[in-house]
Amino acid sequence: MTDRRKFLLNMARSVGLAGLAGLTWSAYVDEVTASTLILRPPGALKEEDFLATCIKCGMCVEACPYDTLLLAKPGDHKPMGTPYFVPREVPCYMCPDIPCVPVCPTGALDEKSVSDDKSGELDINKADMGLAVIDDESCIAFWGIQCDACYRACPIFGDAITIEYTKNERTGKHAFMKPIVHSDHCTGCGLCERACVTEKPAIFVLPRENALGRAGDYYIKGWDKNDEKRLENATSKTTTTEISKDSATDSLNSSMEDLY
Amino acid sequence: MKTLWNNYRYLILRRLVQISVMVLYFGANAWGWTILMGNLSSSNFLGLIPLSDPYAALQMLAAGALMATDLIIGALIITVAYGLIGGRMFCSWVCPVNPITDAANFLRRKLGFNQIQKRQPATRNMRYWAIALSLIISFALGVTAFEFISPISMVHRGIIFGLGFGWAAILVIFLFDLFVLKNGWCGHICPLGGFYALTGKFSLLRVDHNEENCTACMKCKEVCPEVQVLYMIAKNSEQVLDGECTNCARCIEVCDDDALEFSIRKLKSGS
Repeated sequence: MTDRRKFLLNMARSVGLAGLAGLTWSAYVDEVTASTLILRPPGALKEEDFLATCIKCGMCVEACPYDTLLLAKPGDHKPMGTPYFVPREVPCYMCPDIPCVPVCPTGALDEKSVSDDKSGELDINKADMGLAVIDDESCIAFWGIQCDACYRACPIFGDAITIEYTKNERTGKHAFMKPIVHSDHCTGCGLCERACVTEKPAIFVLPRENALGRAGDYYIKGWDKNDEKRLENATSKTTTTEISKDSATDSLNSSMEDLY
Repeated sequence: MKTLWNNYRYLILRRLVQISVMVLYFGANAWGWTILMGNLSSSNFLGLIPLSDPYAALQMLAAGALMATDLIIGALIITVAYGLIGGRMFCSWVCPVNPITDAANFLRRKLGFNQIQKRQPATRNMRYWAIALSLIISFALGVTAFEFISPISMVHRGIIFGLGFGWAAILVIFLFDLFVLKNGWCGHICPLGGFYALTGKFSLLRVDHNEENCTACMKCKEVCPEVQVLYMIAKNSEQVLDGECTNCARCIEVCDDDALEFSIRKLKSGS
């Protein structure tokens, strides 16, 4: 074989190998980072930024005094080396000094996001690890059995979970005492999930993205001045169809011929 | 006893350093020691000095992450420190994968595999391809690509925080190096090793070969994990200046003729 052909063949081999390795590699990385059901430590950036920024050093895990935080091992089915917690096993106890956040060397756990805007002091109540969600079919309080374990366990007592009293029509003389989670106060610490008395918890923490829907900008609470501000983002788009190409009055005056 | 020390002094020292580093990290997680916290990706020395893996930082940059000051300082400290003493000194003196591949290599020698498979079918430049790939994938997917598959991280994180299925990575590397490719992982594929080979190109601590003492026994070439860097053995008196040399010093201690020794890089070539 000539040198030139050898060179070309070698190049083609290298490119082929690099392509194979690169595609396998990126497919794997794409798959493992696709999971969205992971609870991160307080102050964690948005999941996609978090995955780019976390260097996987485990210093937050070492700083956690309750051994809440775990570092994902191979076989945990989570992005390897990233910190997470499982509230049913060990919830976040919301330390006021938040030892896990300032030790982060890369800012993947963002101190600012868990600090007071004015004083700059750490404020764990600003943390957003997730949001507690209640399955009212398995929550025994919704059956009419008295239980307020989650309400009592909540560290943001009286704000993140409240009890709603409604009449129990079945008995006619008892009250339902239903726990309600308020997303503007809940930090997703998971103490409620830990405290829940049912076999599999009827209240559990999900990442906020997964727990909440979004109404979009087309539905506005007209009675709420703040909500009306969202109108500023609203856009309108007018489409023209066979029926709507003329104005409504024209259509009516044409004795609706074009409609039939 | 004296010859034992003479023939294995650097190997013993290296194992001591590797074990001590891991013990310090382990102690930080298990017993709250504050000497060396974190792991090899990023750590904090004495609660004061940040240390970060510069290659991981580079991937973060490619992934488009905001770079924190501590991270940049830490990565610079590591780059400069290893750059001065020999970039790949990380590989042979600190990296926990080194004992695994060394064990595979030891077995290869003992079982005579090297005599059967004389030619290595792969290029050692694969590691530089791996660096390029890792940066492209980091950029395209917005995550640190190598950090999600790195067996190095699996091993050191495994030692410090619990291994999980990491034993599989250890086994795969061991078997790959033992049966498939001599020095396969550390000497051909590992992009971190490649990265340190590049940053250690101008390091000051280098092995020096004195050809006059050399009896061409080739014991050094037998043990060297990056044998291409020893091209001058029995030919010329010169320093081993290739960045791919890991400064593991195995060649120095197996040499019975004082033909190899650590030296400070001669700044002018030809002197």
